[in-house]
Amino acid sequence: MIIKRRQFLRSTGAAAALSLAAPLVARAAADTIKVGGLHDLSGALDLVGIPMDQVFQMAIKEINEGGGLLGRQVEGVVYDPQSNMSMYSQYATQMALKDKVAVVMGGITSASRETIRPIFHKFQTLYFYNTQYEGGVCDRNEITLGTTPAQTVARIIPYAMNLYGKKVYTVAADYNYGHITSAWIKRYVEEQGGEVIATEFFPLDVAQFGSTISKIQAAKPDFVCSAMVGSSHLGFYRQWAAAGMKEQIPMISTVLGAGGNDQIVLTAAEGNGILSSFGYFEAVDNPANKAFLERIKAEYPTNTPIMSEISECTYEGMMIWADAVREAGSIERDAVLEVIAKGKTYDLPAGKVKIDPKTQHAIRDVYIAELQDQTFVIKESFPESQPADTQMVCDLIADPRANKHYEISL
Amino acid sequence: MDYAIVVALEMVRAVAWLVLLAAGLAIIFGMMRVINFAHGEFLMLGGYTVVVSTGAGVNEWVAILLLAPLVVGLFGVVVERLVIRQLYGRMLDSLLATWGLSMLMIGGVTLIFGNTVQGVATPFGGVRIGTYQMPIYNFVLIFFAAAILLAVWAVLKFTRAGLIARATMQNPNMAETLGIRTTLVYMATFGIGSAVTGLAGGLLAPVTGVVPAMGASLVGQSFITVITGGAAVITGTLSSATILGTISQGTTFWAGPVYGDAALLVVALILLRILPQGITGRIFKRAL
Repeated sequence: MIIKRRQFLRSTGAAAALSLAAPLVARAAADTIKVGGLHDLSGALDLVGIPMDQVFQMAIKEINEGGGLLGRQVEGVVYDPQSNMSMYSQYATQMALKDKVAVVMGGITSASRETIRPIFHKFQTLYFYNTQYEGGVCDRNEITLGTTPAQTVARIIPYAMNLYGKKVYTVAADYNYGHITSAWIKRYVEEQGGEVIATEFFPLDVAQFGSTISKIQAAKPDFVCSAMVGSSHLGFYRQWAAAGMKEQIPMISTVLGAGGNDQIVLTAAEGNGILSSFGYFEAVDNPANKAFLERIKAEYPTNTPIMSEISECTYEGMMIWADAVREAGSIERDAVLEVIAKGKTYDLPAGKVKIDPKTQHAIRDVYIAELQDQTFVIKESFPESQPADTQMVCDLIADPRANKHYEISL
Repeated sequence: MDYAIVVALEMVRAVAWLVLLAAGLAIIFGMMRVINFAHGEFLMLGGYTVVVSTGAGVNEWVAILLLAPLVVGLFGVVVERLVIRQLYGRMLDSLLATWGLSMLMIGGVTLIFGNTVQGVATPFGGVRIGTYQMPIYNFVLIFFAAAILLAVWAVLKFTRAGLIARATMQNPNMAETLGIRTTLVYMATFGIGSAVTGLAGGLLAPVTGVVPAMGASLVGQSFITVITGGAAVITGTLSSATILGTISQGTTFWAGPVYGDAALLVVALILLRILPQGITGRIFKRAL
């Protein structure tokens, strides 16, 4: 028998439509609200993904203990994409079409976000991206809570130049994060009348930094700015300290303490004095953060995760979404988005957080902290820092249909 | 002037790094023609031995110089008895089996210790060379690279065990008819090769982060060094490490680490095109 292409399409199309309709029927009977968590629980990024998932689970519990939402309990749907992009797209589709979740928290790297964002956009599943990233996402379906370079790099560069001087030596990881971040570093250094005397990129498997350390000594910068990523690159801090450079040239970093346990892997002698900048550190002093850290400790007494911006923002995402659902009286995407896009201010562990209606990025307090004896001590805070980079390219009020990740040219 | 000294020292250190990475693999490959694809994970195991035992309060040097080679060496003997022994003379099968072993080891270590970066601080401080500073630990690496090569050379050249090993290497069938139990020789060789790899992993632990997947970024350099060097354990490792190390490190100083990495690959490619059997396949043919 020969099946004509049209016939084949027609029959399989009908079957697909039927099988898609089935969960819809099932859903009407379900009385829980499903929320999706898509974090890497295994593979290369599990170090970052597991704390995010722990916070995600805790937030669901907290919402349910407070009586749930709209009289219904909230149920987490969790998949493990295993640090693998094809799994990301598979599970994202599954969440949107099969589980019909009301909202999704997740994605860690920019690559994983750009894999799942278009999927959630297409199926109109509300999506929260809670990671610090290079900026530029313009999509009404996505709420972005993490910091962008205009919030962190823009703060720490003038702070360090004021402290140490105008000559900067940049070392960065050799992939898009490192390249984009070092471009921002250059821009902010030059805006302040300084000079980046050299920028070096390192493939992620490079573990010997002797030549670079010698070159830095030859160049005699006022400070070193590091955007190094991963376990091999930790060797840079180690070899830097072993060469006795710590006492001679100060160092700042745009990633140290971003999501993992870098600060406790380096010894106090290796890490002391390194400056870092994020939207959250455990040391943030306010009642909400105190309660948040106590809750984490109570929930995970033996495997307490170290909280960093990336996991705290996951909590923020859940709380902001829950608040919007309560106010909208509905879990429908458009109703919830309408409330969020009003630009309310929330009191959260990281401080005051406001959603910028133009970009749906967070306007938030940003902190500069110094690593001391394996914990970050906050040196200065900058309230209401705007995601100015994304604001340059994105206006969702003027163009609500936007669906793009802009590469912000510098 | 002092900059020239620093550059030269860095080059020597890069050579030592390659020697350390490759020595254990070269012993196993050169003597047994077995490609151990789990070599990177043997290095990782050495690193973990150091991290875990120093965490338990063991002196760092005891951990690096004694425990790491011991643990990985014994592990190597077990692997030889269980896996490698079944696959002598079947190079592709042993490659596949050890590849599976490498995944098993990554999974096992992740299960036990978690996928978190661990590490120990680099011992000693810096030393001043003119206006520059260098970690003293660099000289430790150089010293042990030289010591390993010297020890292997001395054993092969001057001891009865070395004579038996060389006989087995040259003609296993003839050695067997002369009363040598070649299976025991192979087992010992694999164990010693693993122990040297464990020592190298232990020595590398203080300069980098130790994670279950760290082997993947080390195994490439190890293989390139061994294959470029060819079959002779000492001359091959030393000559290829010297060529690759100086050129890649020189390029790193001149143009940056991305080009340094690329230069290493390009040089290895050209060498293998000209000398498909490795450097010692044509030059220094009769060397050890």
